[in-house]
Amino acid sequence: MSETAQAFDVGSVSARFPVFKGRWTHGLLAALSWAAAAIITVSLPDVVPWGSRQLFAALTAAGALFFGVMFFSAPRTGNLGKTLIYYGPWFIAIGVWLALWELTTAKFGWLPKPFFSPPHGLLNVYVKDGNRLLICIGYTLRLWSLGFFSGIIIGYVTGVALGWSKSFSYWGMPILKLIGPVPATAWIPCTFYFFPTTFAASIFIVALASGIPVAILTSSGVASVDRSYYDVGRVLGGNTWYLIRKIAVPASLPHVFVGLFMSLYYSFAVLVVAEMLGAKYGLGWYIQFQTAYSGYANVYATLIIMAVLCAGISKLLFMARDRVLTWQKGFI
Amino acid sequence: MAVDTLAPANPSVTEGSSNTAVKIAGLSHYFELAGSRLKVLANIDLDIATGEFVALLGPSGCGKSTLLRLIAGLERPLEGQISADGQVIQHPDPSRILVFQDPTLFPWENVHRNVATGLEARGLLPQSRKRIDEAIELVGLTDFAHAYPHQLSGGMAQRAALARALVNDPPLLLLDEPLGKLDSLTRLQLQNELTSLWQRRGFTALLVTHDVEEALILASRIILFSERPAHIKAEFLVNKAYPRHRDDPDIIALRRQILAKLGLST
Repeated sequence: MSETAQAFDVGSVSARFPVFKGRWTHGLLAALSWAAAAIITVSLPDVVPWGSRQLFAALTAAGALFFGVMFFSAPRTGNLGKTLIYYGPWFIAIGVWLALWELTTAKFGWLPKPFFSPPHGLLNVYVKDGNRLLICIGYTLRLWSLGFFSGIIIGYVTGVALGWSKSFSYWGMPILKLIGPVPATAWIPCTFYFFPTTFAASIFIVALASGIPVAILTSSGVASVDRSYYDVGRVLGGNTWYLIRKIAVPASLPHVFVGLFMSLYYSFAVLVVAEMLGAKYGLGWYIQFQTAYSGYANVYATLIIMAVLCAGISKLLFMARDRVLTWQKGFI
Repeated sequence: MAVDTLAPANPSVTEGSSNTAVKIAGLSHYFELAGSRLKVLANIDLDIATGEFVALLGPSGCGKSTLLRLIAGLERPLEGQISADGQVIQHPDPSRILVFQDPTLFPWENVHRNVATGLEARGLLPQSRKRIDEAIELVGLTDFAHAYPHQLSGGMAQRAALARALVNDPPLLLLDEPLGKLDSLTRLQLQNELTSLWQRRGFTALLVTHDVEEALILASRIILFSERPAHIKAEFLVNKAYPRHRDDPDIIALRRQILAKLGLST
């Protein structure tokens, strides 16, 4: 059987069996796997103490209890129930994953401290260092938003100019192609010289990383707009400024959004480095600080925060795109 | 040049330059193709009177569309001159509006906003909301004013494109096979609508087509073009009342003449 056919079969099985006689069967399996994780966590001793063991066991047990209740009521709770049922297989897998994770790290010590941490070790980081992490999140978001937004605004304007004007493109495109592949971090020595504060230099690094993909994608978007739209605009009496505003800009938006998604990922990737520049707080700074002291559990815990932040912002960007590009539906 | 007529030509259409809408004199045009010059239009002289409905008929790819783009001002002729209302055409102007073969509606705007394009471009939007609604009603799209182009059928999209041109009240309407890609029923219907619009509004119309029947149903004069490089091969006056019928014996007779000129005797 081909891979696609198999995938289809699995899909149809899980679509048919999650609810059986008014009960959410996946919910029961999820409850069992989460309960197993809770029992393993409290009943077996840790090889090396990690802290927050009881709390983690309590949380997973609460999860198990929730899925147990939902076993009965998920099929009757409307949208929440639908979402739960859809992600049912994931909940089972997460429970199994947590149980195995506990066993291999804290319980048997196959993956040893300090290189690895059990889930309750990560939880312990949030419990013990939560306040500092919150401050770090604030600092990082401040740096990220200043850098990202200034970067995409400048990148967008540059992109429109490059895509529209032949002479701008003659001079600008080769330069952009040369500096595009250079990692933003390579500019650190220059930024120290040119910027009054290290904070401004950090913003510049983030802005550069986010600006370049937007500039490149916007210019290719503007340059690839169907010429006949411009003919229509000109025939109807539109001047150059009108053609840019009303045709080039909206027509290139699908490209621009591709650029924005790339910018988002690049900007997060350079955050850690940007916060090397004399920062006192920030998730990147925290990661480096903890790496230096072998606090790998703290590093992992922080990476999870960054991943969640990035995924959340990317979700917002997706929502914005779907709103702005409703007209595109017939084309995709 | 052969001038064949069905009946005596309408004197009001052929006389004098005072009511000449478009004057084409000694026009030749070339395409740059892979470094060589390809002649598309050869020495064309043509006067179009105000209020006339002229069909430019010829084999596809002969250069008719290029002629329309030149009259619209989207391109400049390389030899000769085109003037509209006594002024040499230098650039596009909302008094000469070209309707393209494809509707080319802006997919990011709904029908209403698409129709508003010309008025908006000229800064006339605030005082002409009503005109837009009227134009949309004229082409029968009132219920679809807020639909996006991808939600329209081919015929509806072409109607919207027509409304986008008509809302500007252009004295000269240039039609580049606007019905060419429609199914035959929609096509017949839109042909009728075009005639009645032209009769009510009294604009000058210049239609490029390679459909002999369409030319005969719509036009008061038919200009026959040769293969590329296009030059004027023959001219026919169709002095017949509207609405015209395809099975009218005069129309059938003229159709046979035109086809014979095109080398397709039946």
